[in-house]
Amino acid sequence: MTTRYTKDHEYIRVEGDSGVVGISDYAQSALGDVVFVELPAVGKTLAKGAEAAVVESVKAASEVYAPVSGEVVEVNSVLEDAPGTVNEDAAGRGWFLKLRLTNPSELDGLMTEEQYQEFVKSIS
Amino acid sequence: MAEQAHSDEPLLVTPLHAEHVSLGARMVPFAGYDMPVQYPTGIMTEHNWTREHAGLFDVSHMGQALLVGPDHETTAKALEALVPADIVNLKPGQQRYSQLLSDDGGILDDLMVTRSADPADDGKLILVVNASMKEADYAHMQARLPANVKLVRADDRALLAIQGPKAAEVVARLAPDTADMAFMAVKATKVAGLDVHLSRSGYTGEDGYEISVKDKDAVALWRALLADPEVKAIGLGARDSLRLEAGLCLYGHDIDTTTSPIEGGLIWSIQKRRREEGGFPGAARIQREIKEGASRVRVGLKPEGRAPAREGTVITTPDGREVGIVTSGGFGPTVNGPVAMGYVSKDVSAVGTDLHLVVRGKPIPAKVAAMPFAPHRYKR
Repeated sequence: MTTRYTKDHEYIRVEGDSGVVGISDYAQSALGDVVFVELPAVGKTLAKGAEAAVVESVKAASEVYAPVSGEVVEVNSVLEDAPGTVNEDAAGRGWFLKLRLTNPSELDGLMTEEQYQEFVKSIS
Repeated sequence: MAEQAHSDEPLLVTPLHAEHVSLGARMVPFAGYDMPVQYPTGIMTEHNWTREHAGLFDVSHMGQALLVGPDHETTAKALEALVPADIVNLKPGQQRYSQLLSDDGGILDDLMVTRSADPADDGKLILVVNASMKEADYAHMQARLPANVKLVRADDRALLAIQGPKAAEVVARLAPDTADMAFMAVKATKVAGLDVHLSRSGYTGEDGYEISVKDKDAVALWRALLADPEVKAIGLGARDSLRLEAGLCLYGHDIDTTTSPIEGGLIWSIQKRRREEGGFPGAARIQREIKEGASRVRVGLKPEGRAPAREGTVITTPDGREVGIVTSGGFGPTVNGPVAMGYVSKDVSAVGTDLHLVVRGKPIPAKVAAMPFAPHRYKR
């Protein structure tokens, strides 16, 4: 199981041929209190970089992009009633959606945990 | 309050800037100032704290100025030529909300006008205008005031707001003579031994005060208020969600040069004498709108579900006819759901009317709602 990150602060935790997508702890902290999450329909096909979800804080709406290409096979419906779960546990219970990867080699272009932590340090 | 586009100008700071930084605030550019949008606990906690206890806000970026003339009548009449409120009959020790109007009745800015309680201040009016508009407002007024009424900037003063159900008792602990002030009353007194001018008013819908103090005393006042366990520092983020739930307009968003006070639902701020006599910019349009109704009006909107409808969201009827636009919208922590306000055509403005808000291309059902969304709790 490996986790990869984008420069837009999404993560994808790869398990076999699929991956769980969410936003990093840094991102949830920067957004502040999450009050609404709009999730895609199960079955939707997303290209790498396409808008996968929308996360709204008290102040503003932000897009969540697909870190890699894939088909949405599951969404975290817990977030519909309890969007604050993203703040409580962004890396765990606050996941957004599960993608079946269509091009796993795209993962190579993403940051490792260590690279991402360096990246966060460089921008904060 | 109003936002301003980011520019390369160096940001201004208030006398409390270092206090915000030391509290761990997230600082953002706002109206040319480097201001705290939130402190570490976040907007939701700050919002709820203000509704339940007392929130302390630095609003020193706002413009404070005096109009100085030979006597109250002269100064008040000079201002009445620019605003639609009755200033002549404003009693000593009272504050009033009004708008600077353009010749076509649009709103150049909204402002607070105060008449000091001190007879020695006869002929002086204290103004508080929006940070982003203050230079334009001052130029506008200076160009139109008669020779015997001068605009004097009070750039050496800070402004703090303390808001919430515990605000009055907190301030009374530091200044016992403030407790019996009513909403929109003003007083010059000492708080924690510091000379201040305070008004029982605010921008949250809660009871509380806005406290004007010399820059040099601002930190001491801030710390004295914050030392009370009922008080926490609150940033501009929660200030916005609080005022939205209170149904209060944000200049540059809910009102601007394209909206009249009548369209904006601000007729309550135009007293009877002025409605009848006119004599302010745009009076012909405003008097006509009072008589016939405006073709569009500002209304509250309560979306179904949890998705916030932000500023700029198109409003339609359920059958898709475009009837307006959202001017402020977001999540209301006290309401525990999305709330918005915007302008709609008069024929769909009645409370309870079913409308749609088009969020990311999808129509979300919403109802026209009475404002405020969270009840005002002013001290009457």
